[in-house]
Formats: sequence, C-alpha cells, structure tokens
Amino acid sequence: MAAPVSLQVEFGGGAELLFDGVKKHQVTLPSQPEPWDIRNLLKWIKQNLLKERPELFMQGESVRPGILVLINDADWELMGELDYKLQDQDNVLFISTLHGG
Amino acid sequence: MCEASGRCGGCGEAPVRRRAAPACSRPRPCVKCGDGPAAVVIRIGDAFCRACFREYFVHKFRAMLGKNRVIFPGEKVLLALSGGMASSAMLRQVQEGLSRETAKRLRFVPGLIYIDEGAVCGQSLVQREQTLTRMEALLQETGFPYYLASLEQALELPGSILRRGPGGDSEPSPSYKAAVEGFIQQQRQEEANGDGGTSPAGLGTQDGPAGGSHAHLPAAARTEELLRLFDAAETLTAKEELLQMLRSHLLLHTARTQGYTKVMTGESCTRVAIKLLTNLALGRGAFLAVDTGFVDSRHGDVTVVRPMRDYMAKEIAFYNHFFGVPTVITPPLHAKRREKTSIHRLMENFLLGLQVDFPSTISTVYRTGEKLSVAPAESNGELQRCLLCLCALDIAGEEELALEPTLVKEDTGNGAESRAAFIPLLCYSCRLTFKEMGPPATLPPYVRTEAQHRNCRALMKQQIQEFLLEDDEEEPGGS
Repeated sequence: MAAPVSLQVEFGGGAELLFDGVKKHQVTLPSQPEPWDIRNLLKWIKQNLLKERPELFMQGESVRPGILVLINDADWELMGELDYKLQDQDNVLFISTLHGG
Repeated sequence: MCEASGRCGGCGEAPVRRRAAPACSRPRPCVKCGDGPAAVVIRIGDAFCRACFREYFVHKFRAMLGKNRVIFPGEKVLLALSGGMASSAMLRQVQEGLSRETAKRLRFVPGLIYIDEGAVCGQSLVQREQTLTRMEALLQETGFPYYLASLEQALELPGSILRRGPGGDSEPSPSYKAAVEGFIQQQRQEEANGDGGTSPAGLGTQDGPAGGSHAHLPAAARTEELLRLFDAAETLTAKEELLQMLRSHLLLHTARTQGYTKVMTGESCTRVAIKLLTNLALGRGAFLAVDTGFVDSRHGDVTVVRPMRDYMAKEIAFYNHFFGVPTVITPPLHAKRREKTSIHRLMENFLLGLQVDFPSTISTVYRTGEKLSVAPAESNGELQRCLLCLCALDIAGEEELALEPTLVKEDTGNGAESRAAFIPLLCYSCRLTFKEMGPPATLPPYVRTEAQHRNCRALMKQQIQEFLLEDDEEEPGGS
C-alpha cells in the first residue's frame, strides 16, 4: 500500500489550454495498492484534471507525441519515462511543442 | 560525433528504435563534461547537463549565422515574433549575441514585430487585449525598436506588395568579408571620434512603436472583413495557407516601409520538416527550397532568413524552460479541433508520431530538404510570379502538367472579378488553394487590385503584340 503522494503538476507551451488555462496544479494522489508512477499519474490526470479532448493530450497510455515531460526539471527520458516512481513533492511538467495546442 | 543513423537513416542495421531508459531516480552524468547531472536528452542518447546544453544551444545560433554569411554588419534585421517557443528563443539568442564582447558580437541592428492574429484564432476582444499588453511589455523590455501589427492591417496593404522588389541575387553584392572589415573600421573611427559607447545606426535607441500602434485593437469593421475572408475559405487547409500568406505580406510590408532588408523567422527543425512534407502534399514541391531553406529571397529587396531551423522543437522548449525565456502562447488557428482537419495538422501528427519510435525521423526529413537548392529560375527578377505566394510561376509546359484540376469550370463572377481571371496568375499550388477560398469579392483588396493590374497589362501586351520587336526570338530553322 503506497502512501498518498503530493505533487506539483505543471503545464506549458499551450498544453495548459486543455486544463482551463491553469498552469500550476498542486495535487495529492490518494493512496493505492501499487506505487504511483507516471503511467498511473497520466491516468489520474485524464480522469481528474483534463477538461476537454483527452486525445489532444494522451495517446494510448502515454502523452501525445510532441508533448515533452520533465520530472524535477529533467528530461523524463533520463528518468525511466512511464516507469518513473513518483516521490512525495516531485514536480512534473508537461510542455507542448505542438502547433495545434 | 554524429549519431549512428547520421547520414543515411541507419543504413546497415535496423533503424534505431528508441530504447527505454532504465528506471532510476538519479540521472546519469552529462556526456560532454561528464560532471554535471544530465538534464536533457538531445539526439539519440546524448544527455547534456544544463551548462553544456546552454553552450551548445548558443553556439548553434552563432554557427548558423556565421556559416551562411548573409547578414551583414550594421544591417537592419526585423525579427518576426509570435510569442511562441521558437521565436522567443530566437529573440533571446539575438540578445545574447549582441551583448557579447566585441570580437564575438553579432553586429546587425534588430527590430521586432508582433502580429496579432487573435481575430482569426477565435479569441475574444478581452483576450486579444491581454495578449497584446503582455506581448508589448515583453518587447519593450528588450529595448529594441518594435512594431505591433494586427492581421487586419493586411487588408490595407498596397497592391505593390505583390511585386518583387529590386535587388536580390541578380545584382552583385559586396563580399561578406569586405563588408565586415569596412564595418569594423568605421566603428574604430567612431570610437576615435569620441562617440564610442553607442553603437552605430542607433542600436538600442528607443524608436518606439511605429505607426501609432500603441497596443490597440483594429476597428471592428476590419475584423469583420477579415473574418468574412476566413469564413469563406472552405477548408482548414486553405485557411491555414491564407493566414500564412497574409502574415508574410504584412511582414514584408513592415520591413519595406521601415527600411529592413532582412526578416528573421523562427521555424524550428521540427517545423521545417513538417512544412516540407505539408508543402509537398499541397503541390508546392517546386518551391520547397524557398519555402523552407535558410534564405528565402523571393521578394528581391527583403530576404527572409530562418536561423532557428537547426534546432529541434524539444531543444527549444528545454532551453526556454531552463533559462526562463518568456513566451506568450496563444491558441493557433485550428486549436482543439479534430485531428485530421488540415493537411498541416495531419503532417504534424504523422511526423511526430513516427519520431516517437524512430527518433531520427525529423532530422532525416530535414536533412533531405537541405539538399534541395533554389531553382535558377527563382532568382531571376524578370519572371512572372505567382500573385499569392510570389514564387516564380511553375506552370510552363501546361500540356505535360496535370493542370486540369486547377482550372475553374463553373464561373459565376463577371469579367475581371471572375475566378477564372485569377487562375493564370497563380502557381499550381495556389490555384488549388484559391479554389477552396471564397469568391474573389471576399479576397483582400490588395490582391484584387494587383490581379486587375496584371490582367490589364497582359491584355494590353496582347493588343500591341504585333507592334513589338521581339529581340530574343530568333526562330531557328525559319518559320
């Protein structure tokens, strides 16, 4: 049983337009049987934060190509991408480089 | 130095698929200095720390300008800013370059322009006002002269904007080296005269916004006219092309009236790759080199330069984030629509989707595009040019080309304002786009004026044809 995790989730580069234009979200993930990783976080975001058109943010279980993910200010490719285990007080930032917002 | 798939897209072995990095909470060290913690992966598997990434990024900009040698010292250069990632990073690079010690300093004189496209991107007046205020604050802070324009102003352009200016490649330009030396000498002289400190040509002086454009919105009637023009376009692809056309004409006009000889735009490598494929699909294959190359000299007197085309969108986004480059993001034309709404959008999805699994996709497309060079015809000042995109007309040899789809069958207009009257003035691709645009009456006045002008000239030429002395038609082999 993983304890609840507190995170700062941020959106930029136009990705915030899908979240009512709000860039910074302070979120607390509830405790759940398996530990929280980015894969689960994305699912949670889709259900709880995303305001419209999930297909513009997600593709399959990952983010849409063209959306960059930074975990604690580092490229998620360095951190294990979807498998990164979230720690309390982590900062996850999504930046869209897409033209279509 | 270059990645495994460097030259030929991974010849020999299977294309490099992205391998999943091992899950770990502490990043590996930077591949360059081996010291700092890596923060960003550029290319395949090259992880850089912040400091090395910054150095790499800044160097790339200087290298791009240094290699191409098209911007002369003391030249006035207009930076086209959209508030987006790439153009904002470009502005920061210019600022960095100008603030360096003398030996390495960029020596051109920048001016900035922002075009407010809020009207066609579905923004409310309040939103547009806010964006404009934020953008103006950002431009003001740079201390460079700046211009605020709105897309509506494109409707007031003169017809002459569609004519090629004098100059361009045909006239011999002084050698770059001589120009640099002359500039340095002039600078020394000025320093000797005691007015050093200030750079020549009024760099850093506050010209203020020109044309009384102090962050105000255009008249409502103009906005309506603009919206009518866009609403009349049948497809999003046509709207997209229309937007690009109006934007580039407005940039050209500002550059001409304010005395700029170069315009810098911020297309990234990613954007260039997408544009390459999009334009191919749009039937603009003949103009790929002008549309996407580093130098675009179709206008003759004003040259468009694309200094950001070596940067991946990812590099730009990371740079902006790490080094606090401010951006003002506005929704684009087709925000929040279905995926397959325009060819532009479809191509973006296609390329970025491939890029996920094959990380050299975009650079391969980009490098393939690099090999294209401008057709010799393009630099000829005398050639007939497309009314809309100003490229040399590519419709010679009509018999061999599949021009049938470009011809207009039903004709509802009358005389010079009919659709059919426009067709001969357009290139292949613009013909297709034109067919998806509304009736000629909704077109911007400057396009209609220029079309009439050209048609009149053609008619007149036809009438006096038999009295003209043909000097270059020495028909070989008699009649």
